[in-house]
Amino acid sequence: MDWQALALSLHLASATALLLLPLALWLARLLAWSSMRGRSVLEALILLPLVLPPTVLGYYLLLGFGSSSLLGQIYHVLSGRSLVFSFDGLLAASLIFNLPFAVQPMQRAFAAIPCEIREAAWVSGLSRWQTFLRIELPLAWPGVAAALALCFAHTLGEFGVVLMVGGSLPGETKTIAIAIYDQAQAFNDSAAANMSAFLLGLSFVAVVLVSRLGRGRTGR
Amino acid sequence: MRLSARIEQSAPIPLAADLDCESGELLALVGPSGSGKSTILRCLAGLHRPAGGHVRCGEETWFDATRGIDLPPQRRRVGFVFQHYALFPHLTALANVMLALTDLPADQRAARARDWLARANLEGFDHRRPGELSGGQQQRVALARALAREPRVLLLDEPFSAVDRVTRRKLLNQLIDLRRSLAIPIILVTHDLEEASLLADQMTVLHRGRTLQTATPEEMLARPASALVARLTDQTNLFVGKVTHQSRASDTTVIDWLGHSLVATHHADFAPGETVCWVIPEAGVVLVREHQSERENTLSAKVNERLAWRGHATVTASVGKQGEASLTFAIGASVAGRRCIVPGAIVLLQLQKSAIRLLPADPAIGAPAALDRVDSWYPRPLPGEQAAPRPLAAPQPGRSSE
Repeated sequence: MDWQALALSLHLASATALLLLPLALWLARLLAWSSMRGRSVLEALILLPLVLPPTVLGYYLLLGFGSSSLLGQIYHVLSGRSLVFSFDGLLAASLIFNLPFAVQPMQRAFAAIPCEIREAAWVSGLSRWQTFLRIELPLAWPGVAAALALCFAHTLGEFGVVLMVGGSLPGETKTIAIAIYDQAQAFNDSAAANMSAFLLGLSFVAVVLVSRLGRGRTGR
Repeated sequence: MRLSARIEQSAPIPLAADLDCESGELLALVGPSGSGKSTILRCLAGLHRPAGGHVRCGEETWFDATRGIDLPPQRRRVGFVFQHYALFPHLTALANVMLALTDLPADQRAARARDWLARANLEGFDHRRPGELSGGQQQRVALARALAREPRVLLLDEPFSAVDRVTRRKLLNQLIDLRRSLAIPIILVTHDLEEASLLADQMTVLHRGRTLQTATPEEMLARPASALVARLTDQTNLFVGKVTHQSRASDTTVIDWLGHSLVATHHADFAPGETVCWVIPEAGVVLVREHQSERENTLSAKVNERLAWRGHATVTASVGKQGEASLTFAIGASVAGRRCIVPGAIVLLQLQKSAIRLLPADPAIGAPAALDRVDSWYPRPLPGEQAAPRPLAAPQPGRSSE
């Protein structure tokens, strides 16, 4: 077992889920309730990482994060670091390719809350912020938790985009999925098998969790 | 305290409605589906912003389009009972009511909420969630939550539509009791005219977002402002006739209807020869005996249908040579039995002069093809429309206006 790769993967998955939470909550509520113009375009953009081949997404992220890109240059000026082949770049890429996994379950959960429930909270005197914390979030919580579980599991297992944007720098960008690939390439079957079994177990737990939370939501 | 509002908008639902409701008064908004009743209620609560108009409650202005005032729902202090109650499903009945008491210190909220639940006859249900309550209990929690905030206005959006008839009757009685103790304007949206008549001091009839008439339920029934109002308030005895004679001196206006001359009280607005709509409440149609056949406005009719319910019978009888029109009247079920009022029986009916109300001819009512477009609420064709294409009897010589 490559413990360093596992630790890096867990770090990346936790940071992704944590950073995506506020962004996905905002986007999910916006898409669930707003009738703004361009909504379908925004939805399509968010869903794009689901259908794009990881190498294609990775390639465009590599271009977008590279030292010759505007984003790469701004980041270099601000932090003195490069976005590609670094943990920061990996995290930024992870946020993008996990966006649909975070937004979709949350959007469905918020859309399932009848408009009248929120309006009842407003006429009862609750501010919009209080309504979000005391009414919307508890009702949408199963969807939010499912989204976080999905993001976490998906980040642990992502390979193509990670390889394209981060490469395989031990302690910096070498995640457990890359480590499995490396071990398999080196014919180190037992290490690859151990790590694969670990990822399999973790993914299974995440899927069970998502399914149970989904059932809880529909049974409410 | 008085609630007055003028609501205007052209989309998504056209609205041009005026409302006035005094403290302690219950105003019922009635009208067909899509007439804008619920949208008007949402405008009052601040949940929907109309394009124009104003909403004033006492000295406060909640909304004024010209002055750019639009208070959010949180600052309007309205109690709102939604059609499906909109209780917070993850919270207990007590917590639902407590959420409306955020103005109180935290340590007083539970006691006050329990007090409101007790007033709604819900002792012992504090810790049940909405899913564990019956429809009637949910409705009472919603009412307790709406009143707990000590609102300036109570808004009820079809609050009885989601409960069975027996529960509805109980809840109606509770609301009748409750409203006596509330010194605030209450606006009730309903499509149930019986409910409106039982509860309301004033009724406003809406059609396509416009207020057609505001009056007491009795006044609305006796004196609808137009044929459309009569139709929207489910007046079954609405027909088309032609004025043949006018006499201010004898306080009469005579109309020709299916060859019968009917005498109404004087309606000065119509000239002889003019086509009019006329309406008579069911209570204005009286069953008379044969020896009373010479009475004014008495005509024979053939019974089509008798529906009895709880000691009352609603009878429909056709009038005219070919049974072109149907008159509906109500009598006691025992009377109906004793006098053999059964389908096929011939009866004598007197249309009381004072109960006949003449109304301007309505192009929508007069044109049968347009009828279903105008109103899908009560799609029953008007008896007068069947008679309309048939030439009405010409005004008789010597029966001209004085």
